Formats: sequence, structure tokens, C-alpha cells
Amino acid sequence: MKALMFGWEFPPHILGGLGTASYGLTRGMSMQHDMEIAFVIPKPQGDEDQSFLKIIGACNVPVVWKENSWDNVNQRIGKTMHPDEYFWLRNGIKYDFRRIHTNELGCIGFSGRYPENLIEEISNYEAVASVLAHQMQFDIIHSHDWLTYPAGVFAKQISGKPLVIHVHATDFDRSRGQVNPTVYGIEKRGMDAADHIMTVSELTRRIVIEKYHQDPRKVTTVHNAVEPLPNADSFTKTVRKEKVVTFLGRITMQKGPEYFVEAAHRVLQRTKNVRFVMAGSGDMMNAMIDLAAKRKIADRFHFTGFLKGNQVHEMLAESDVYIMPSVSEPFGISPLEAMQVGTPTIISKQSGCAEILTHAIKTDYWDIDAMADAIYAIVTNPAMHKSLQELGKEEVNNIKWQDAGLKVRRIYENALGW
Amino acid sequence: MKNICFYFQIHQPISLKRYRFFEIGQDHYYYDDFQTEQRIRHLVEKAYLPSNKVLSEMIRSSNGKFKCAFSISGVALEQLEQYAPEVIDSFKELAKTGSVEFLTEPYAHSLSSIFNASELELQVKKHAELIESLFGKKPTAFRNAEMIYNDEIGEIISKLGYKTILIDEARQVFGWKSPNYVYNHSYLPKVKLLVRNNKLSDDISFRFSNQQWNAYPLTANKFIDWIISMPENEKIINVWMGYEALGVFQAAETGIYDFFRALPFNAIEQKVSFMLPSEVSKKFDSAGAIVAPYPISWHGNEKDISAWTGNDLQQEALNKLYAVSERVHLCNDRPLQHDWLMLQSTDHFRYMSHKDCYGSPYESPYDAFTNYMNVLADFLERVEAQYPTTIENEELNELLKTINHQEKEIQDLEIEVKKLKARKTQTNTSTSN
Repeated sequence: MKALMFGWEFPPHILGGLGTASYGLTRGMSMQHDMEIAFVIPKPQGDEDQSFLKIIGACNVPVVWKENSWDNVNQRIGKTMHPDEYFWLRNGIKYDFRRIHTNELGCIGFSGRYPENLIEEISNYEAVASVLAHQMQFDIIHSHDWLTYPAGVFAKQISGKPLVIHVHATDFDRSRGQVNPTVYGIEKRGMDAADHIMTVSELTRRIVIEKYHQDPRKVTTVHNAVEPLPNADSFTKTVRKEKVVTFLGRITMQKGPEYFVEAAHRVLQRTKNVRFVMAGSGDMMNAMIDLAAKRKIADRFHFTGFLKGNQVHEMLAESDVYIMPSVSEPFGISPLEAMQVGTPTIISKQSGCAEILTHAIKTDYWDIDAMADAIYAIVTNPAMHKSLQELGKEEVNNIKWQDAGLKVRRIYENALGW
Repeated sequence: MKNICFYFQIHQPISLKRYRFFEIGQDHYYYDDFQTEQRIRHLVEKAYLPSNKVLSEMIRSSNGKFKCAFSISGVALEQLEQYAPEVIDSFKELAKTGSVEFLTEPYAHSLSSIFNASELELQVKKHAELIESLFGKKPTAFRNAEMIYNDEIGEIISKLGYKTILIDEARQVFGWKSPNYVYNHSYLPKVKLLVRNNKLSDDISFRFSNQQWNAYPLTANKFIDWIISMPENEKIINVWMGYEALGVFQAAETGIYDFFRALPFNAIEQKVSFMLPSEVSKKFDSAGAIVAPYPISWHGNEKDISAWTGNDLQQEALNKLYAVSERVHLCNDRPLQHDWLMLQSTDHFRYMSHKDCYGSPYESPYDAFTNYMNVLADFLERVEAQYPTTIENEELNELLKTINHQEKEIQDLEIEVKKLKARKTQTNTSTSN
């Protein structure tokens, strides 16, 4: 089985959860011995792990025929693509894309991020997809998130191969219901054209069915998993007198930071032995600093700013409670990461991961009383902390990408009618 | 000749209300009366009243040959008294027929048998008194909450004067032994043990209406046939279940009541009779001793107590609760005493189980634990206010003994003074003579 996947991010250069999920899923699928994956991303850096799949950089695929010497090509893109492959792909140019600005190799410059002209990049990605679809051999097309739906749809139209799309989030999650019509249009067209739709949670599945009017039979949930953390035990907790409760993520409307501040206020009315940390940055950060001051808890409420790489795991491991009060979270991988390092977690019921976790406390995002109660119970009661820690770790270590991969495989086979 | 011993259990939890930590120390009322009332009224109308009616009909139409026993926990009796006194009256009517026996059990349907022996004694006495005052007869047979039993519990109960204990057919204790005999305590031969026949009990309680079951439909005829085809020596068949089996687990529409109505006739026809637990233990000799070093119960397949004490949350809650039992015993505060009983029901701990939190009104075991611990925190504060933990238990006991004995001592001393005075006047008069 050969799959052509369109993605937008791939570790180690990631901006959000999409890259982590793409990596985990493809790695889990590669355990199936007859699975070959070609993963297209806009702009690879050359240090991606290609041991289990093949990475194709869209910025190295020619869309306009230009004459170049082998050496010249090697010098320009040799780091991320073999020149022979470039020349072979060049034979796949069947349409005139001269309207798009290209370099002397006939390739498009992608940012690989989320720039201002995102919509333009998405449509350029489509041009790349046409070349790949004409030239490559594959059985199925798999598009990750809305940015890559148009590319997937175009590849399907050219090759006639079935298209499966993977919904990691919808615009309804990102905007608390105030959707951008352009984005909605792209999402809807992709879903309509897809042979099957995978969602990362039941929550997202319902949104896809209700808000995008998809046939429920066409939509299947494949819950995300978490990569095992090889050095999970190397993170230790400093013994300290005060307990630490942590919020970690983008401080935006979607993540519900204000509910965390209010819950902290409740807890601090009863016990002084707790500190609250809001790690991350975002457009609501200043408003949260104001709110903490207004509630007169600023002496126990701390902001760390954006955390990177290992700092994230260290922060999680140092915490006594991790809390994610997201208003709408398609999946939410970070509670699983917190549980890996043995930190009890509180998550909102409006998070996709709540569907697969038993040993985490679940509350409604708006229910600050319940949230405060849960925080208080964990920080004052060692038995509660211990249970959540031990059983949570065990639980999360059994959520494997390999199983998600098998589910995806069955969906492929259904779509192909095998 | 075969004998069937029917016994029905009634216990219903008293629901705790949502109690947040910021209410600790502010609000001392812990119960969700609405939920409790709703649950008990539902059961009364759906099960208890119609079932009582059917059973009394059966007793009447069989001329008192049909017999059965009941055990109603103190917690359930309180609820019935408050929300459905007509059920108590109906049980009183049943008691008058003489074909019904009431057993005793720990008042609060608690795990006191595992955690605190003196609490167990107090609760058994309290329950027996209540049963006697309601139904006019002192109970003589004992069944523990959730049928928890081990040798130690057996010994405590025998010291309270009970020679009949009902236990479950737990594999780890019985092995190949048949439940259809009477057994005795491992080292107290006078204490008889009656054993639940799990298969036949569950056939009625859980499988009766299951159409996938190969014995479906179960008729009274078939049931009695099973019993008479048992080996000659197995004389006593104990069919015990929660009373909710009639009308709730097996709704009236399944024909459960018709099955029961037909039972006495089929039984009498086949020379099978009905007996009460105390009669069984009087009439039959023991077939051997049962050694039970570890607690068994009637729960699930494991037949152990892990559903209530199996995880860290449950252990924590139970240990914190029973740590204050001595102090609670010392105090005279009636609301506090009542809360103490209500907080001991096994249900609270069952809801904290990760593997089987059947019937839980909570979203998760953690949710149940959080709520319970908040309530318990307030309760412990109240206990602390009466008897601070800074004073050791022994010290406290001594102090209280002194206070309680003061009056008696003063009296004794006064008598002595009088005596001495009398003697003095006597000697005075004698010398003057």
C-alpha cells in the first residue's frame, strides 16, 4: 500500500500540534510492513527523520519547465532532494503554471509557516500536487488539515485515486463559532470531495457532520495517541513546600485561560499553599495579567512566557497539577504529555482527549467551581495525587500510535474497496 | 426432602449533595434529599409495594407454607420511614404472618466489620433494636453488609449472641464444596454458616428475562425440577438476592411475579418446602468447618472486598473516616452521630472504584472521591471541635472515665461518710451509756 500524504508541518520544525500528530501517525503506520508513505510538506529543512517515510519538499518540486544542469540542481536543492528525482518529477508538469512566481528551477518558494498570504500558499501547494499526482505511483491520497485539502482534491481529480482527509481541527474550534468564510469554504470543499473523513475525536466528528453537513457514514474518529517519552523518568520533581498548578499552551480564547484564573482565585480563598503558573504566550496574555491583579492573586499567579522543547516537559514534570480548560479542543495532546511525566491532569469535557482518558479529571470549561474543587482535592490529598499519577501514567503509555495506524489502514482499505 | 430458603436484601444509599471545598466549615448538611427521595419512591412504587403484595398473597394462599427472610439496612429503614412509611406498615403486616424473618446487619450498611470491631458491635445492636421495635421480634440471624465474612467477623458476631450467619459461596473459600449444606465457623462449632447458592440466586436475579440464556424461559416448574434433581444429601438451597430483583432488575412485565406466585404450588406438589434461616440452622447439623482467613463478599466474580477497598482512594477515605471512630463514640452530639453513620455506607466507597462503580451518580471515581472527602473534611472538623486530635485517645478515655464516674464516686463516698457518721453517733451513744 502506497500513500501520498499532504501535510504542513513535520518535526523537528513544528508550530503546533499538527506536526506532532503527523509524525506520530506516520511512524505508527510504518510499523505495517507493506506501508509506504510519501509525505509532502511545503519546506523541509533536511534534518527530518526519514527512516520510516519519504519526505518530499514542495519547494523542490518544479511546476514550470526550466532547463538546468544536474550540477546546478544538486547545488541548489541537493540537501533535501536528489537531482535525478527533480528531473524525473519535471516530466510530471502537464499544466501551465507560469502565472505563479517561481525561481530559476521552476520551483515555488514556500514559507512552510502560517504567513499573511496563506491562501496563496495553499493554492500554490495545489500546483505542486498536480505534478506529483501525474508522476508518482500511489494507491491513496491522505490530506492533513484544511491547508492541504485543495492539494489532495486536485491530486484525486488527476489520478482518480481515493482521497482521505484528516481533520485535526476545524475553523469552529479556532474561532469559537465566528468562522472565516474563506476557510470554511476550503474545508467544506475538501470534505465534500473526500471519499472518507477522519477526525481526531468524536467532538470533531460531530462538528464535521453538523456544521459541514457530511454523511455520518463517511466520517470516522481516529483518536490521536502520544509518542512514548524515552526519558520520562529523567524528569524529577523538586521537593517544595508549595504546590504548583500549571496551565500550558497558547493564551488565546480557544484555550479558556480566564477560567483558570477564576478557579485559582477560588482555591486561594481557602488555601495559601499553592502557586499557579500560566506558561505560554498569546493575544490574551495581558488581559490575564490584568485579571490576576484584579482578583488580588498576582502574588501567587505567575506567567512564564513561551516555553520551548525540553522546557515544556520540565515544566510539566515540576507541576503538581496540569490543567487545560479549553473551550473547544479537537484533541489536545498536552494532557497526555503531562501524564507521561506523572503529572495529574484536569481537562475540559470540551476536549477531544477527554474521550479516551479515564484517569484525568474532567469538568466543563465554564464550571470554575468544579475545576477549583478538583485542584483543591489533588493538592490537599496525597491519595488523589498518587492515584492519578500512577494510573494516569499507565493509561497513557497504552495509547499507541500503532493502533491508530491500524485504524487508518482499515479506512484506506475500505476507501479502496479492498 | 429439599428445602428452599429465600432471603431478600434491601439497602439504598443516601445521596450526598454536591459539596465543594469552599463549603467546608460553612455548611454541615451533606445530603441531596431530592435525589434520595426520588430514588426510594421509584423503588417503592416499582418494586417494594407490589412485591410485598405478591409475597403476602403467596403466604396466605399456601397457608403459611411459603416463607422468606428480609434484611433491611438501618439507612434504608430511615429512608422508608421518612418517604414511604406505607412500606414499613406493609412489612409489619408480613411480620404478623409468622412466615417472615428479619435478619440483623450493621445499621449503616458499613465496612465496620473490616475497620472497627467496636463500631460493628454498636451498629449490630442498634439495628437489632430497631428491628425488634418495628417488627416485634428480636433477630437471631446475622448477615453482614455486602455479605462480608471472615473468621474474625464470625467470632465478633458470635459474641453478640448470634449463632447463624449468612455468607456467600466464594470459590476461594469453598473450592469444590456445595453451598447446599449448613457449615460452621472454623473454630467455633456452634456458629452455623448458611451459604448462598450463587447459580440459582443469580438465575432469578439477573438471568430471568435474558432471552439469550439457554434456560430461558425460566418457569417455576423448571426451577423446582432443578432443585429435586440435586444429589440426595443436599437438603438446603439458599436463594438470596437484592429485593430489587423483583420489579426492577426483572420488571413486572417479564413475568417475575407469575413465576413467584407459581412457586409454592410447584414446590408443595414436589414435596419441597420453604424454611427461614434461623430454622435451617436449628434443624440441620453442620457438614464441616469453613476456614476464611481473608474477607469474602457477595460481589462480582472475585467475591472479595476489592470493590470497596481496592484502590488508594478508597483506602484513604476509609482510613480517614475510621481514624475518628473512638472520638465519635465518646460524643453525645446526635446530629454528629447520625452523620457518622450515614458517611459509612459502602456505596460511597463503591463509587470510588476504578473497576466497578455500579450505580454511581458521579462522573468518575475521582469525582466521587473529591466530593466525599470534602464532606468528610467538614465532618472531621466537627469531631475535632469536640475532641481535639492533640489529645491522645487513651488520655481522652481516662478523662471521660473520670468525669462519668465522678457522680458514682461521690455517691459512694457520701454513703461512706454517712456510715462513718452513723458509727460515730453509735460509739458516742455507747460511750455515754
